[in-house]
Formats: sequence, C-alpha cells, structure tokens
Amino acid sequence: MKVIKINKKDWVGGLEKSRSAYRLVGPFKENDKKFPVFKELDKGQEPDLTTLNTVISPKSIAFPQSEVMFEYTMDEKSEDRNSLKRPKKNYSSCAVIGIRPYDATAFLLVKKNFDTADFRDPYWCDAYEACTFVGLAINDPDSTDFSTSTKSGPFDESGLDVLLVDMKDHFLAKVITDKGDAYLTAAGWTTEADTDAAIKQIDEVKNKAEAKISSKIAFDNIEKKSIMELYEADFWDDVAFACINCGTCTYLCPTCWCFDIQDENHGESGKRFKNWDSCMFPLFTHHSSGHNPRGTKTMRVRQRFMHKLKYFLDKYEDGIMCVGCGRCIRFCPVNIDIRNVCALMNS
Amino acid sequence: MQNPYLPYPVRVDDIEIATEDKSLKTFKFVFTNPEDEDKFSYKAGQFAELSVTGMGEIPIGIASSPVEKGFVMFTVFKTGKVTSYLHSMKTGDIMGIRGPLGNWYPWDALQGKNVVIIGGGFAFTTLRSSIVYMLHPDNRKKFNDINVIYGARTPGMLLYKDELADWEARDDINMHITVDGTDDPDWKYNIGFVPTITEQKAPQGDANTYAIVCGPPIMIKFTLPVLEKLGYANDHIIMSLENRMKCGIGMCGRCNIGKELVCKDGPVFTLDELNKTPGEY
Repeated sequence: MKVIKINKKDWVGGLEKSRSAYRLVGPFKENDKKFPVFKELDKGQEPDLTTLNTVISPKSIAFPQSEVMFEYTMDEKSEDRNSLKRPKKNYSSCAVIGIRPYDATAFLLVKKNFDTADFRDPYWCDAYEACTFVGLAINDPDSTDFSTSTKSGPFDESGLDVLLVDMKDHFLAKVITDKGDAYLTAAGWTTEADTDAAIKQIDEVKNKAEAKISSKIAFDNIEKKSIMELYEADFWDDVAFACINCGTCTYLCPTCWCFDIQDENHGESGKRFKNWDSCMFPLFTHHSSGHNPRGTKTMRVRQRFMHKLKYFLDKYEDGIMCVGCGRCIRFCPVNIDIRNVCALMNS
Repeated sequence: MQNPYLPYPVRVDDIEIATEDKSLKTFKFVFTNPEDEDKFSYKAGQFAELSVTGMGEIPIGIASSPVEKGFVMFTVFKTGKVTSYLHSMKTGDIMGIRGPLGNWYPWDALQGKNVVIIGGGFAFTTLRSSIVYMLHPDNRKKFNDINVIYGARTPGMLLYKDELADWEARDDINMHITVDGTDDPDWKYNIGFVPTITEQKAPQGDANTYAIVCGPPIMIKFTLPVLEKLGYANDHIIMSLENRMKCGIGMCGRCNIGKELVCKDGPVFTLDELNKTPGEY
C-alpha cells in the first residue's frame, strides 16, 4: 500500500509530463457546450475536477455513442468489394483523469457483458484495456447518490487504478494497482506520504462523505423472489404511467450497454456502425413480422428495471446492474425514481 | 480470440425458389476460404447471421445439416430490408456469414429416444437439418422411432418437397405431411391443421419420447395442449424461439426473455424452461 502526495501546484505540470506516455481523457467543458463531458484532452486542456459529475457518463470511453466497426466498399471493380475492414483506432495507453469511483465501478459491470468466456467484443475490450483509471473521490455526495447501497461508494476503489482524494491544497493519491503506480511515476508524482497517517486522513474524509449519503436502497427480498413473481407484480402500470419512453435514463446510465448495428452507405463505400440503443424504444424488439414482444410502454419500463435489479442479479449473482450515481433520477423528465421502484420490488 | 462481428466471406453458389408464392428462397453458400468451413462447425438447431455489406445482418436458422459438407444452406423468407435484398442476389455474389450461433437441439439427451418433429410453415429449416442429421447412416441407429408432422397452407408452400417425398418412401422414418387445404385431386397426404394431425398421428408421450416443435405462434399455441394430452412432460417438449437480434453473441441486449438471451442461451429451450421466463417472444 502506497500513498503519494501531489501538491496542487505540481498538478498541471505532472499531467503534461505524463503525456509523453499517455493520452489523457477527462471531464472538460468546451466553450460552446453547456456541460462538461469526458473527452480526449488536447494539449493545454485540463480535466475539470470541480464538477461533481458529468451529465453523460464516461462509459463512452470504451463504448462511444456511435462507433465504426467496419468499413467496406461495394464497388464491383474493387477486389476488396464486400469485405469488411476494422478501421485503425488509437488504443495506446490512456489515463482517465477524474473519473468518479461509481463510474469506474460501472466499467466492471459492463465488462461482464462485453468480455465473456465465449466472445470478446474487441471494440469495448481494446479501449478498456488501454485505460488507467485515476479516479477522484467524492467528498461531498449529492442527494441522489445512493452508491453505498450498491457495490460502489464515493471512495470505492474497485474499478480504479489510483484513487485521488482532494485535501484542499494537495491530493492524496492512493495507489491501487501497478498500472496506477506506473502512471503516477510517468507524471513525476513520486513523493510518498506517511502511509498510516495518510490512510487515516483519507478514511476520515471517506467516513464523512459516506455519512452524507442519506438515500439507501435494499434488494435482499428481490434476490429471494422469483423472476415471474416480480414480472407479474401489480405495480408496473403505475411505475410506467408517466414514462414517455424518451430513453434518457438508458443513455445517461453508466451501466446500460444495449446497442444496435447499422450499415450506412455513401455511394459505393460504407461503414458498419455500433450505436447506442435503448430498451425504451419500441423498435428495439420489433420483429419484421410486425409482432413486438415488448409492444407496450409498461413492458419496456418493466424490462429496464427487471434487467437492472433482477435479471442481472440472478444471472451473475454479483449484485445489481446499478452503481447508484443518480443520473437517471436527476434527469428523468417525469421524475421516475429507481430508488422507489427498487423499494416496490423489494417490498 | 477473433473479432466475433467479422463474418466469413461466402459465395452464393445456388439459389432456388422454395415455395409457390416465391416468398421463400433457398440459398447455398460456399466459403471463399476453405479453412473457414472447418471453423464454421455447427450442430442442427443453430443459426447464423447472414451479412450483406451495405444492408446489414439477419439471424437465420441453418437449414443444411452437419453431415452435409462443402456448403451451408439457408431458406429465407422475404420480409425486410436485408431479406428483400438477398432475394435479388445472383449466384456468384460475395457476402458473409457469422456463426454458428446459439445452442442446438439436445442431441446427447435424444440418443436412444423416440423423436417426434412437429413443424409448420417456413419454420421447418432447422428441422430439415435435424432430420438429415438423424437419417445419416452414421447416426440413424442412435435414435429410436422418428416421426415427422409437417404442415403448410398448401402443397406448394411445403419446403424441400423432393426430400419430403424421399423420406416418405423410407421405412425408418414416419412422415405425416399435411396441408390446411388443397384443390389438388391427386394430393395423397393429410389435410388438416398441424395440431389436429399431431393428435391423430403422434405417439403417446413417455420418458423415452421427445417432441421438437417449431412453427408460427398460432400453431404452437394449439399444439402444446395436444402434446400435454398425449402425455408429454414439459421437459420433453423442445422449442426453438425467434426474437429480433443484432449481435447474435449475447451482447446487444434486445432478445432476452427474462435473464435468458435467445441468441446465446437459446434459441432452443424446453417448455419447462420457457415456463420459468416471461414469455416475451
């Protein structure tokens, strides 16, 4: 266990120094944009560590909203016609600076989907494996944060390589993995703090932060109930009543991974894309015959909550598919609150 | 591990109109790289994604049988963007197939058992694959009685008519072909819906008899009570499902019925398994 002390006046210099070996990704607000998003930082751009969280989760680092899987030509004269080629993409080492702990935990949940014993999604996995996650602990959680009742929390280290804790004039950087150690060295941050004293300081801030989280969920009864009992429960019409199936919850969620595959052509050439999709959309499950197994709004809303809080739980036996970041609660236009739905399911 | 989204290139080797209304065509594909055929080693009941650059991909059951070498075969109903384009393709065209995908009929459990195949309309493709597999000289002795009940709207809508006639002539398989109706005075097989013919012709259910049922929802709906009446236990009724799919490898999230993914945990399930999932198919 090692804790590095990073003086804030050495912060920007260290980031710039690390660029010789790493691409940097972090939250950043462009001048013409309303809010910061995770993006690759150009030289001179610093990660915005003041925003508690980005509206759109950083899942797009490994799972862009739209990604080219293949390029092809349909030109009859070309020898390569109809052969699919994966475009070159930069998968060199990348440090994700300022990701919040629960968003990093979300990568571990999504990994269960994209990196399996049978198949490996190379687009997600290659991007994920290039990353070193240098997370920033949440000292002051907001009212919709319920991460401590999931497998995460404001100081959760499970998805991180380094945990940064803001101590006003300096950061304490808890080294979690060798990958994290290598990044700190590349940035030239090597001043070791007294480990015991530093851990004690970190734990104090952590305990204060966790104590601020008043919102809790429980899913112990959901675990015990059968899928069919929950599926046939009588509250789904009420839960779905106000929903407009806009899909905001699924797009902002750090753990939602559903996607579509579409070909798009320009003249003789084209691209096969992997695009975010959403279980809120009727077309998601629409058969070509016209039949739709999830043809009503209630069925789609039920699918979202059942997937997150029951199917995932039963399938992997490793908790729910939610890290408690609160985005879907804050940005739902009709105030549907996953904490209330979870309570209904657990009652 | 190779990119699971990258199809094997194949050449369209043969196209045959499969039904009198021309809504179904049977395609034979040959792998342009012969070594890909070994990689595409499949079992009867599996499916593949047919990939047409510029159009997209569609999940289709494999109609050829593992015992048939040198080609793979699919019978495709013209219904959407990709299938319509496929119907306009010519022999010699290059496209792709991705697979084999999903699970298969439980061939290990079926060894030494009686097998009753019940099919309707154009859902007969993987059943054809299964029959050809079971009738192969290396395999026939592994199974006891084989009964096939197969129905279509009219004689002209039956798939694989030549093979049906061959199987009719054999004594190691009991064929019960039926049509909903016909004005053909020479029609020498059954007339009636699949559930009715099942009730009349299928053997009684017991521990040694399995039914494999594939067909349109309306046929399934009325066949299941018949099987129950005949004494088939739910774990002896095997079904193959269809749902909208994209990835075919359990990742894109749309084809689930509860926690099971039709593309990866299925498409083959027993009725017993299906009864424990929300019936979202």
